[in-house]
Amino acid sequence: MAIRIHAEGLRQVFSRRTIFSGISFSVSGAGVLLIAGRNGSGKSTLVKILCGVLTPTAGWARIESDGAQDQFGRKAMIGLVAPYLQLYEEFSAMENLRMSMNLRGYRPSDDVSRGLLDRVALDAQRQDPVRGFSSGMKQRLKYAMALVHRPSILVLDEPMSNLDADGTAIVRSIMHEQRTAGILVVATNDLTDIDGWDTEVNLNAAR
Amino acid sequence: MQPDERYGRRWLRATSAVFLKDWHAELRTRYAINALGMFVVTTISIILFSLGGEPASPEVLAGMLWVVLFFAAMSGMSRTFVMEEERGTAMTLQLQAPASAVYFGKLLFNLVLGAGLTLLTVVLYAVLIEGFVIRSYGVFIGVVTLGSIGLAAASTIIAAIIARANTKGTLYPVLSFPILLPLLMTVINATRLASEGTSWADAGGEFQILISYIVVVVTTSYLLFEYIWKD
Repeated sequence: MAIRIHAEGLRQVFSRRTIFSGISFSVSGAGVLLIAGRNGSGKSTLVKILCGVLTPTAGWARIESDGAQDQFGRKAMIGLVAPYLQLYEEFSAMENLRMSMNLRGYRPSDDVSRGLLDRVALDAQRQDPVRGFSSGMKQRLKYAMALVHRPSILVLDEPMSNLDADGTAIVRSIMHEQRTAGILVVATNDLTDIDGWDTEVNLNAAR
Repeated sequence: MQPDERYGRRWLRATSAVFLKDWHAELRTRYAINALGMFVVTTISIILFSLGGEPASPEVLAGMLWVVLFFAAMSGMSRTFVMEEERGTAMTLQLQAPASAVYFGKLLFNLVLGAGLTLLTVVLYAVLIEGFVIRSYGVFIGVVTLGSIGLAAASTIIAAIIARANTKGTLYPVLSFPILLPLLMTVINATRLASEGTSWADAGGEFQILISYIVVVVTTSYLLFEYIWKD
């Protein structure tokens, strides 16, 4: 199933301050889209627009697919990992994953949940409340949550934040798999986070 | 994963997930249950001390019952959206569940919370407040049921609107009052009629207003919720 991200004339203004304007790009098939820019250039804002949780001041961003459309639309196609995305801390890792499957309308599967937790090396802590997790463990759980529905587009905002060497290796393996299976979108300041890219959106010159 | 399942079934699963998430979170933290329980006990105690054994008219007693219910609802029902914003989980929810599933899941939670709140308040009020006599039980049960549904329906959408404001605590009752005014006037009048022993036929007009209010609020909320919830 071929999938495309198409953005045209994106402009975002917050409190009369233009964050970026004139952003247009198109990505199709498997590959990596890099969103680069200094602090405050609007990387996270652009990520939120792509994920459909923020409406741009002007322009549009569409996700197009050749295959049958999932009834839940963009939510079914995108998985997001970002520092500003929070987990339900009063629940355990397993409960968060079960909840995520239910919220997405899927019948929850303990096998899928345990497989994902095993992949991010959190299976031993699966019944522990997330409140007691370190920031690195929470970041790993966010990856499990983002992959629960096997998204065609995986969006990573500062993908390595709070991760140790083992966590970084896990994320590199997830990124490698995604770039061949679908579209990987990475928003970062640190280009060592990413092993090459196909399309770059640089927000430094987009005011 | 079963992406080929029918949309209706997936939507119902997402809606019940929103409700169960809030319900289990509430059972673990007991924030709203404790706050509402304490509020009801405190306000009924103050009414009891204020009356000091003096008889009050059915109009005054009916009005005071709904004053307790209104402010108790204001103190507890906003939590469902405010907590998502305060914990930063609103975006997590936006990314996963359709807006309509979030709205109806939250509404269901507030309906259950409202039913518990109404039951507790009415029982305490009937037991402790001397002179509060109900002569037409059927009408009274109908009024408190529809009144509780109306309170929950209006409170849910107002909570979604104010959740992102900086002055949530002040804004919530201020914004709620004009929206809830038609409901409050109707339930206060219908409660007075129930205490005077009115028949179903005589209270029919009040029931028509209450049902219309609920239908209008829920339909409008459903249509507007996606715009309120997204940005």
